[in-house]
Amino acid sequence: MNIVVCIKQVPDTAGGVKFNPDGTLDRASMLAIMNPDDKAGLEAALRIKDANPDTKVTVLTMGLPKADAVLREAMAMGADDAVLVTDRVLGGADTWATSTTIAGALRNLDYDMIITGRQAIDGDTAQVGPQIAEHLGIPVISYAEDIKVEGNTVIVKRQYEDRYHILKAQMPVLVTALSELNEPRYMTPGGIFDAFDKEVTVWGRADLKDVDDSDLGLKGSPTKIAKASDKVPKGAGEKVHLDPTESVAYIMDKFKEKHII
Amino acid sequence: MEFGLDKKHEMARDLFREFAENEAKPLAQETDETEVFPQVTVDKMGKYGFMGIPVPKEYGGQGCDPLTYVMCVEELSKVCATTGVIVSAHTSLCIDPILTYGTEEQKQKYVKPLATGEKLGAFALTEPGAGTDAQGAQTKAVLDGDEWVLNGSKCFITNGKVADVYIVIAITSITEDKRGRKKKNFSAFIVDKDTPGFSFGTKEKKMGIRGSSTYELIFEDARIPKENLLGPEGKGFPIAMHTLDGGRIGIAAQALGIAEGALDRAIEYTKERKQFGRSIAAQQNTQFVLADLATKVEAAQLLVYKAAKAKETQKVYSVEAAKAKLFAAETAMEVTTKVVQLFGGYGYIREYDVERMMRDAKITEIYEGTSEVQRMVISGALLK
Repeated sequence: MNIVVCIKQVPDTAGGVKFNPDGTLDRASMLAIMNPDDKAGLEAALRIKDANPDTKVTVLTMGLPKADAVLREAMAMGADDAVLVTDRVLGGADTWATSTTIAGALRNLDYDMIITGRQAIDGDTAQVGPQIAEHLGIPVISYAEDIKVEGNTVIVKRQYEDRYHILKAQMPVLVTALSELNEPRYMTPGGIFDAFDKEVTVWGRADLKDVDDSDLGLKGSPTKIAKASDKVPKGAGEKVHLDPTESVAYIMDKFKEKHII
Repeated sequence: MEFGLDKKHEMARDLFREFAENEAKPLAQETDETEVFPQVTVDKMGKYGFMGIPVPKEYGGQGCDPLTYVMCVEELSKVCATTGVIVSAHTSLCIDPILTYGTEEQKQKYVKPLATGEKLGAFALTEPGAGTDAQGAQTKAVLDGDEWVLNGSKCFITNGKVADVYIVIAITSITEDKRGRKKKNFSAFIVDKDTPGFSFGTKEKKMGIRGSSTYELIFEDARIPKENLLGPEGKGFPIAMHTLDGGRIGIAAQALGIAEGALDRAIEYTKERKQFGRSIAAQQNTQFVLADLATKVEAAQLLVYKAAKAKETQKVYSVEAAKAKLFAAETAMEVTTKVVQLFGGYGYIREYDVERMMRDAKITEIYEGTSEVQRMVISGALLK
């Protein structure tokens, strides 16, 4: 079977997040890593491959040319092939334009299963995976905590805050993975050497299938960011000492003032 | 002349660093305290190919170069010198001579399981009466039919009791030169752990690298199949010396890692530790000590990497290996001693890693050729 894992290079937020003066993320000063949910998705694909050696795992990313690094890392872990989708016209894409682009690239590939991470630690939207499935017209199962393949179907344990669902779907299917899914393997030294001997397939706008220019890049992004800012620390708050009835009235006034009720 | 690492070596370094931080570092203190061999870590290293880094793929290895192997030992030793020497002795002293001198059958039979980490290797040259002076050795092997019969003992053997495959150097003949002086001729053998007549003596209680299994090996009429002779009969001494040239690069990498690890701790600690109302890193004494140590550590790294490159490209690399080991070992001792001093009383307490690092550093000036032997090798080449 063919599995395509969509991965993203993200700034490592473990060491803290840094911003440029204009409020955008200062990516240059932060280490670039493979998004943790995506890495778990890759590990899930590699475990399916371990159990079924005829499985082919392809990793795909959209990003700047330097995103090549996460593709090499994925191959050093055991992925067979890698595709980098990169083009100036794709820059500034929001989730809609990103999912349109990735779906356009995926139409060139044979897949039985597409795995994406649930969400990326830089944007935290959790939208791209399900949107890709929608573009491709295939079912999506999100928040996978366990993935099993049985014949032509996939059985996924979908995690919620207080329960889980066991879902079965016919392939082709898209699954979004949680980092809790597994403990990703390390690369191997020989895998690293092999990964740098392999070619990464590079696709640009011209290689995307069945997509419209108006859906790509900054121009194709309906999301407009008015302003981005660092989290403002909470103030100390206000303490009032009133009896219960007065307290209720006081709080109700505050809610009205802030249009909460 | 290139001083930077290319992308694949950088990625390999990231891998070794991540593994060392996650797997070896959390066990380092316990390994030292309990003197228990870190089998769990060794099993994981086998799984991820760390036990056969410079070994060609056809023999189960990773197909990488000596530099990658050296970086692995370096990064492991930064957090746990015991883990570093396990990989070094296994790779440089056991796998390497079989790869270099072994027959195709020996490579297939022994290198494959060693490189995949299924088996662990060791090397036995030193004897109670023969350290630097290998001619003092007593262990003998006599051919009896299709077997060599081995008698004697070896001491201070790294990976001693936990290894499965041993390279053993033994006397196979004594000849006289023209002046009537007797000369011992050595041969190298591959010895399996389960060989009848092969047993283990006492476990050494050491100052440092306390988790590494250091044992005495005892051979009492141990019968070794004829086909386990490694290289030509009588060539055991040059085989051992060439093996040690490679081993010294591994130990140099271990020493380098210890020095780097201690320096890293010192940089963290001196920024945090406050005396007289400011961090001790703000004192000029601290700054000058750190500057000197960082300079020496980088010089050691250049020598070690140069030696690794020499092993890849040159047939003979004794001098490069000797210089790297001499300088890296003495740097490790100096750095750890000065870092303990920067830590003050805390540096003398076992809870702090630098105390262990100073004990671990000392052995790098002694084993696989003392610093004095390295000076003999270097000056010998200068004055020949």
